[in-house]
Amino acid sequence: MTEAGRAWPEAPLIFERSQPGRRAGRVPDYGLPPPELPSDLRRKRPPRLPEVSEPELVRHITALADRTFGVDTGFYPLGSCTMKHNPRVNERVARLPGFRDLHPLQEDEGAQGALELMWQLQEILSEIAGLPAVTLQPAAGSQGELTGLMLMRAYFADRDEARDTIITPDTAHGTNPASVTMAGYELEKVETDARGNLDLGNLRAKVNERTAGLMLTNPSTLGLFDEGIEEVAAIFHDAGALLYYDGANLNAVVGISRPGDMGFDIVHYNLHKTFSQPHGGGGPGGGPVAVRASIEPFLPAPRVVRDGDTYRLDFDVPKSIGRVRGFAGPFGVFVRSYAFMRAYGPALREMSEAAVLNANYVLAGLRDVYELPYDRHCMHEFVLSARSLKREHGVTALDVAKRLMDYGIHPPTVYFPLVVPEALMIEPTETEPKERLDAFVEAMRRIAEEAATSPEVLHEAPHGRPVRRLDEVRAAKQPVVRHDFGEQEIATAH
Amino acid sequence: MPAEESYPADLKYHPEHDWARVEGDEAVLGITWFAQDALGELVHFEAPEAGSNLAKDEAYGEVESVKAVSDVVSPLSGEVLEVNQKAVDEPETVNEDPYGDGWLVRIRMSDPSEVDGLMNVEAYRAHVAEQ
Amino acid sequence: MGYLSLTDADREAMLAAIGVSSVAELFEQIPAGVRLGRELDVPPALSELELVSHLSELAGRNAHTGVELSFLGAGIYEHYVPAVVDVLLSRGEFLTAYTPYQPEMSQGVLQAIFEYQTVICELTGMDVSNASGYDGTTVAADACFVAKHTSERAKVVLAETLNPQVRQVVKTYARGFGLDVVEVGHRDGITDADELGAAAADAAAVIFQQPNFFGCLEPAVDLAAAASEAGAHSIAHVDLMTLGVLEAPGEYGCAMAIGEGQSAGCPPLYGGPHYGFFAARREFIRRMPGRIVGETVDADGRRAYVLTLQTREQHIRREKATSNITTNQTLLALAGLVTLSWLGPEGLREVGATCTALAQYARERVPLEPAFEAASFKEVAFRTPLPAREVVRRARELGVHPGYALGRDYEGMQDVLLVAVTEKRTPADIDRLADVLGEVCR
Repeated sequence: MTEAGRAWPEAPLIFERSQPGRRAGRVPDYGLPPPELPSDLRRKRPPRLPEVSEPELVRHITALADRTFGVDTGFYPLGSCTMKHNPRVNERVARLPGFRDLHPLQEDEGAQGALELMWQLQEILSEIAGLPAVTLQPAAGSQGELTGLMLMRAYFADRDEARDTIITPDTAHGTNPASVTMAGYELEKVETDARGNLDLGNLRAKVNERTAGLMLTNPSTLGLFDEGIEEVAAIFHDAGALLYYDGANLNAVVGISRPGDMGFDIVHYNLHKTFSQPHGGGGPGGGPVAVRASIEPFLPAPRVVRDGDTYRLDFDVPKSIGRVRGFAGPFGVFVRSYAFMRAYGPALREMSEAAVLNANYVLAGLRDVYELPYDRHCMHEFVLSARSLKREHGVTALDVAKRLMDYGIHPPTVYFPLVVPEALMIEPTETEPKERLDAFVEAMRRIAEEAATSPEVLHEAPHGRPVRRLDEVRAAKQPVVRHDFGEQEIATAH
Repeated sequence: MPAEESYPADLKYHPEHDWARVEGDEAVLGITWFAQDALGELVHFEAPEAGSNLAKDEAYGEVESVKAVSDVVSPLSGEVLEVNQKAVDEPETVNEDPYGDGWLVRIRMSDPSEVDGLMNVEAYRAHVAEQ
Repeated sequence: MGYLSLTDADREAMLAAIGVSSVAELFEQIPAGVRLGRELDVPPALSELELVSHLSELAGRNAHTGVELSFLGAGIYEHYVPAVVDVLLSRGEFLTAYTPYQPEMSQGVLQAIFEYQTVICELTGMDVSNASGYDGTTVAADACFVAKHTSERAKVVLAETLNPQVRQVVKTYARGFGLDVVEVGHRDGITDADELGAAAADAAAVIFQQPNFFGCLEPAVDLAAAASEAGAHSIAHVDLMTLGVLEAPGEYGCAMAIGEGQSAGCPPLYGGPHYGFFAARREFIRRMPGRIVGETVDADGRRAYVLTLQTREQHIRREKATSNITTNQTLLALAGLVTLSWLGPEGLREVGATCTALAQYARERVPLEPAFEAASFKEVAFRTPLPAREVVRRARELGVHPGYALGRDYEGMQDVLLVAVTEKRTPADIDRLADVLGEVCR
């Protein structure tokens, strides 16, 4: 309980630190008279931006950072999110002026270094997926999914095949069904069997000539590799359908098993998970997509291509689904992920091995105190259930999560996947040392004891954070989503 | 204050945990104690517009808590005569009084014979016990 | 490998605790037929020192604005990014945290997003902003999705003066949404309100850009009115850095305001990552895509912040969600918050005044005919006596990138060059541009 008892200072909004006439930045005055703007287009009331000096702005930011917990702060086993260490050299190289100050509409001959980096990144990603063609354009995993589904649509339209259904398992991330709808497809769900694999009987009954494809995370959101994957691929391919690999859990299998070899036709990667783009409090990310040769003609334009020793953006992709994002993708993310991969080289395999070893070690330390719904070795993450704590002591997965905060640990993902009641989804990642894993196991075991001896301590957790549990009902019922500058008080006072 | 579990005997029930109180050729609709309990405190009722037509077994609105959302399924077909504004403005009313102040809409039935296909309270209690 | 932490002794102890003899045993659940069984064929590992050398070599082969005086804009603008932004982006707590699902662990980032939302609402004149979208293109597709579901109309109208990449992305998404996309041409560089209104007759939404892609000021008030009269939502695609002097879209009746946030806080970085912003009137709040932070209180009544209205989102509403977005651009949105706070209202006004003054100066100094009559903000289109791409090629040989050749996107505009200025370009820089253009266009 590293932080219990710490006094947290108040954190006023930056608007509340504002004083009329105060400022930080100045803009050069070149002594040129600004032209008069048409009066109906001119701003009438100045925007109420904060008026702060630079020292107070820096203190404000620092105070907010202090109230935020990152991987740098401590252990962050947020399942499905792969919260690994972010090497700082990647931040240094992403700020090199040759990258940072390069305009995306620069002529290709003025951007050869950037284009080569992207081409090399494509080559490495292609080898990791076992698929020949890559687009870097999608901005995040969910956009990669949508891109993949659009590719399926274009592929079947080109073949004059009318297919309208995508199958996802009941363990899928919510992004999968949401992407299916955005792509204009119908959703069909398939069940998980007692070992956590896709239920093959259920699957066979659902795959037919209307099926466009499968979206699957493998290892699944249960942290289990689908043991029947070869059979699954055969079922879809025999029906003329395609397989989409959600790369959310790729961190388990880099250099060990390739989605293309598993039978997947389209794959997205999460550069912010597997390849260490920092998560940034919620982004940015990167969601490149790799495909089989038969799908390559439909990839988003522009493509990054090599002609001999030079590189260029190729806009001449007649069957392309079109553009899914501005320019050629989030380039700064590419710099970081490329640097990360080059630091490992072929030893990327050791990254996945360590991730899987760490997860199984934590699982071994917890399986006798929390329920394990699928009793197998896990891959890079695993899902426990707090069901028995709830039944016996009225302590929920949420209580466990909140109590972990008092031990200086970020909670795991809770209540997902939906097929496991009171789910705790734990992903330690490869960068954690054994001592951190031991401390987490110890904290989780003590919390299980506390559930029996002092459940109220858990119900009221956390005790050492800047705030206690929040009134989320109030936040949703009367949404206050911007500062009101005292307008409401004034309105009620009159 | 959430209500105690109850299922009034004078109502007709739909397996998707909706109820109907039939009054002549009109009916008042709502969700059951079981449904509101499963969702938790409601924060929003996405209501249909008065004058719109509901079809039996089809969703006509949504109720939301902080972390869950559920379709509200109509047990009967008909035209919406009135939406309960109190349920829109103070959705927690549905938790507090699901069969009284927390009703959702009043409709004019287009096919009163549909009532015969709904469950009575004993059948619904048995259905809840299976959940 | 220095990013890993396990020693041989650790591994032995851990395998023993698990009850297996090797790491390979843990991977036995992977069918033998789909295991790689060889080393990855990727370039060899580099030490950190070698890595920096390698990346520096690649970076050194790019003509960035430190080595080439550049007047490229066309959607990405090199405004000054204050040093304090780097302080924020380097703070490990922000850099290495993820989406604030657990509010007690994340009050700082939640508050920062709340402040960002406030700044976006304040600049655009809207009631609600999300926590950011991917970029200025995808927020336009999001807006079309919202418009379709709130109007039950199946068509969107785009002004042709809207950024071509934005239009391309809308078209890509529109197929899945079941939306038709109609484009309305320009007249002498700006959009005609009557034409736009006629096209909007049965449309869910109209999107126009202010200032538009040619740098011209659109008759935005008339465009918004024409869309509204036709029963379509009017959506303004705007640039945050202009809103210290240009009217807020909310003030002239727009339903939504969207845009690319790059100009406020992000370097060009060859196209990203940047952030898209999405703001709307209150009535759209339950249809908004993406994360929204709301204010509430904790168990002791203290003010606190939390992700709210989450039932809109994919992790709860799944196939009925308002969007599939999860990871957004929070860190870049924070860069926007800091930049705009650093400038303050007076600084932002100065940026606008300086840009318009510099654009006017360029209009006078450059020895070419402006392509359009309409007033410019920070970009001016000029007619070139030879193909604009050729002008670009020749000017670059003299160390100046003179701007964007509009023929890359617009048919019949092969002889139009779009020149962008920001407060980072001095009158002397513009003099040099004028000299170079004079020379290569002789």
